[in-house]
Amino acid sequence: MKKYRDDFPIFSKISSLIYLDSASTSQKPQCVIDSVSNFYTTYNSNIHRGLYKIAEMATLEVEKARIKISTFINASSPDEIIFTHGTTEGINIIMNGLKKFISEGSAILLTEMEHNSNLVPWQKIAKEKKAKLYYWAIDKNGQLCDEIKDEYNNIVFTSLLDIPLLSIVALCHVSNVLGTIVDIKKIASLLTEKYGDKNKPFIIVDAAQSAPHFSINVQDMGCDFLVFSGHKMMSPTGIGILFGKKKILKEIDPLIYGSQMIREVSKNLTTFTESPQKFESGTLPIEAIIGLSSAIDYLNRIGIKNVRMHEIELTEYAMIKMNKIEGLTIYGPLKSNDRSGAISFSLENIHPHDIAQILGDMNICIRAGHHCAQILHSVLGIQASARVSFYIYNDRDDVDLFISGIKKVKSIFKK
Amino acid sequence: MNNLYREEILEHYRSPQNFGFIENFSIKSKQTNPFCGDEIEIFINWKSTNKYKKKQISVGEISFNGYGCAISIASASILTEYSKGKAINELTKFSQKDMLRLLGVEVSEARKKCALLALGVLRDCLYAT
Ligand SMILES: Cc1ncc(COP(=O)(O)O)c(C=O)c1O
Repeated sequence: MKKYRDDFPIFSKISSLIYLDSASTSQKPQCVIDSVSNFYTTYNSNIHRGLYKIAEMATLEVEKARIKISTFINASSPDEIIFTHGTTEGINIIMNGLKKFISEGSAILLTEMEHNSNLVPWQKIAKEKKAKLYYWAIDKNGQLCDEIKDEYNNIVFTSLLDIPLLSIVALCHVSNVLGTIVDIKKIASLLTEKYGDKNKPFIIVDAAQSAPHFSINVQDMGCDFLVFSGHKMMSPTGIGILFGKKKILKEIDPLIYGSQMIREVSKNLTTFTESPQKFESGTLPIEAIIGLSSAIDYLNRIGIKNVRMHEIELTEYAMIKMNKIEGLTIYGPLKSNDRSGAISFSLENIHPHDIAQILGDMNICIRAGHHCAQILHSVLGIQASARVSFYIYNDRDDVDLFISGIKKVKSIFKK
Repeated sequence: MNNLYREEILEHYRSPQNFGFIENFSIKSKQTNPFCGDEIEIFINWKSTNKYKKKQISVGEISFNGYGCAISIASASILTEYSKGKAINELTKFSQKDMLRLLGVEVSEARKKCALLALGVLRDCLYAT
């Protein structure tokens, strides 16, 4: 995908840049940068308020973005699309909204792979409500096991259907460390089959790592909520999407009060607008929404299936080369078809920070640490790991340079 | 090019000085760096001619244990070596800047946490004494 690389001005500005940290945040194509600068130079104004032309134009662009995103993930209506500041905020809005359905003794199920963003809010509410918090275990290939172990209380459920009073199932679609793809559809249909659509637990999907690379269809998946961040899919930072089923959005309360989400205020009573505005308090990051809209256009022009195909091809190539390096261990699924393009690894007993620093000095950008997944790292029995991740602007040359960088790290630390 | 990973640092990392435990320590302290999981524990046996006067208490034996990246291990090795025989009030004056100078390589902002981990632990030992 050499041609796509040319769309990203950072690579011509820094010609030696080998960027392998897109799972953290992605680079931005010229069209996205232009859309933001075009907004500021030709129609900058606030939305939903001004009765003049440029304000109408800005409002229209934001609502067009909502429709575009709704189509992108196949929501049943644009009213199910809420603009947030990112995945983390999205999950907090959901947690806050659903807390009235969580009672003492009910269960919240997460996986061992969750990013802190999809873990800490649930941990907090479980404590507050005296609900049970279970972690779905992973096997040695980083796939979810059949059974659900609660090691703390020494309980094993042979299936998620055996968990009593299960009220929330919150899981990642793709793990940011292992690259594991979770079969959300299968889980949702199991739950729907047993409990019926009305009474099944709420299913919340953290799609931060999947939305940039996978074709997403929320109706087919059968989830109640799905969240992701724009900045990982070539849009500016500060914008995220929260999808929620209309029926549930109607029932739940917003997290933040004031400004845009208000219909009418009197001295002792305020009425609120309907979803999605009910959840969008304050002035939105308009330029980021316009940037995200342009990023979605760009992804649609390439075709999300081609993005994924490129990722599989590059992941396969990288894994073959990495496996040939003595002392290098890759975590997560073995086959490139079963995983995303985020590959976490360790190299002998060299600390990941040392690996990332030496590569960093060569302008090869990789990530080192626990990637906000401390529970997962303790399950893997390691303190930290190093991670490379790919996007459409990466190619085999990047992988080759990374591999020679790894060889250099080994030579520095040998003996 | 890679000043940070010059041979002296790597040598301290591969074969750290004063690595291990002290059986009858006067004080020990531990810190972790949650950002990368590094952990350093320092053990000290004080030697004193007058235990009521801090300037007459000095480091008799010192060791460290733990795990971490090359920078945090090398720093602990260099710092424990430097501390030997030094009086408490002398070590209290030893600053972060002094530590970075002692390390002798340029450390980026992100890696300062690693370079200063051992010093933090040493300070805990000093304050607790
Ligand atoms: C799986 C996953 N969830 C949540 C997040 C948090 O995203 P943000 O920081 O954009 O809110 C990330 C980003 O690192 C992620 O990879």
